[in-house]
Amino acid sequence: MIRGIFRHPKNELEGEIKWNRTPGPSVPEEMCVTCPSCRKMLFRDALAENSDVCPRCGWHFQISARRRVALIADEGTFQERDADIASRNLLGFPGYDEKLRRARRTESGSDEVVCGTCRIGGCPCCLFAMEPAFMMGSMGTAVGEKITRLFEFAEKSRLPVVGFTASGGARMQEGILALMQMAKTSGAVRRHSDAGLLYVAVLTNPTTGGVTASFAMEADIILAEPGALIGFAGPRVIEQTMRQKLPQGFQSAEFLLEKGFVDRISNRKTQKALLSRLLEFHAGCTK
Amino acid sequence: MTAYERLQAARANGRATAQNYIGRLFQNFTELHGDRRYGDDRAVITGIGLLGRLPVTVVGIEKGHGTKEKIARNFGSAHPEGYRKALRQMKLAEKFGRPVICFVDTSGAYCGIGAEERGQGQAIAENLMEMMGLRVPVVSILIGEGGSGGALALSVADEVWMLENAVYSVISPEGCASILWKDPKRVGEAAEDLKITAQDLFSLGVVERVIPEGLGFSKTCAFLKIQLIRTLNRNRKLPAEELVSRRYQRFRRIGSDFPSCN
Repeated sequence: MIRGIFRHPKNELEGEIKWNRTPGPSVPEEMCVTCPSCRKMLFRDALAENSDVCPRCGWHFQISARRRVALIADEGTFQERDADIASRNLLGFPGYDEKLRRARRTESGSDEVVCGTCRIGGCPCCLFAMEPAFMMGSMGTAVGEKITRLFEFAEKSRLPVVGFTASGGARMQEGILALMQMAKTSGAVRRHSDAGLLYVAVLTNPTTGGVTASFAMEADIILAEPGALIGFAGPRVIEQTMRQKLPQGFQSAEFLLEKGFVDRISNRKTQKALLSRLLEFHAGCTK
Repeated sequence: MTAYERLQAARANGRATAQNYIGRLFQNFTELHGDRRYGDDRAVITGIGLLGRLPVTVVGIEKGHGTKEKIARNFGSAHPEGYRKALRQMKLAEKFGRPVICFVDTSGAYCGIGAEERGQGQAIAENLMEMMGLRVPVVSILIGEGGSGGALALSVADEVWMLENAVYSVISPEGCASILWKDPKRVGEAAEDLKITAQDLFSLGVVERVIPEGLGFSKTCAFLKIQLIRTLNRNRKLPAEELVSRRYQRFRRIGSDFPSCN
């Protein structure tokens, strides 16, 4: 392509420059993704095989709640709980019904948070994974209720909880009821904790707002995926308040580690081994 | 009054703030400062005072009066230190068996670089979890603006009361209008749809009591004082386990109307 662009056409009769090149192997668009961090073109299959982590720069792609469960739970051990709980428009908020309908039509379907029991490296536990694609992973009453029920069940069955958070915060279409889910889930975490049981949270990109300010930050051990955005206020809100650009890497998982708010950065490829080790350390506590 | 008018009333200049209520309701109020970790957040007032003859721990988010004080109080937007300072006093209250009374009036927890660096989310989360298990009676009163997580961090109580013209919301109506409709001018609509008024929240079961304001500040305070004494005397008789369990159930039932599965 580059060759010939500086050549002036001599006259009209010369015509277009013809290149006798066969076109390179073309790749259908849907088989490829571009890494948002290093801009490398990646094959979807290869990426999926690599736990959706960019093989070049280590960028952790956002993944669905179902995929999360598949990556973490021992094969065939996951049993879902409270699958029927779904958001409703409790306040009659205009446009919310339509938004819910649209969100349910996407790839991840009607999942808002997937809850259940499973084994990780042989250790039994309760597991929840929030769905980042469903209305930006926001927490409404359905999410609050499912997480609360999971902690209550874990307390009754004396099981540890492993939770993957991904959320833009409380869902504003559910108004104050969404805010109250922060207190409700915190209460359930508290009771589970008072029973002497372990709760490990893995904060994934992004974990912000009401979820950060409740059950994400209440775990006994807090892990975070590399590069994940974690904070209370979103970066745009802070920039608007402060009227200045935020420093590079502000509110990243590494930043929180440095400030002492997460225990470890957990690479997705070694995550399962790390979680099963942590569960094993606490295995004696469930009796 | 429309929801938007109530919002404006809640934010009005000259509206009584936490220090006004504290001054009127408690004798010998003694302010105690600092979170013992980082600093003293002036957006939050904490201390001990007498309610009638009963010593109580008092926590209030203070917006301040006049430009100078408002700046010093950061317009009632607390940093993590403020929430940790409140928690420290609440833990002391638990140790000495004192009830806790919180006055909430904030447009929200502060969003800034320092606040994030020192764990705003973690500070709020810790308050929610700790207040849920506090073994002494807690009453929270929303006296003006109840802005999202920053207000909730002091509102995990046995009973939550609201002044007639106070508002309590998951997001500011301005924020909601600009995010959802990209039009900050539709704030009135957002205020209506978000259900932020005391009357709305009472019917949603989020607050136990709406305190009338129509008769003026002193009458409101007199009414508040009687109700506080009654409520605390009733709740002090409950065994701590019962108190904590009732507090959990109070929040547990909000937005729990789903079919039971499994």
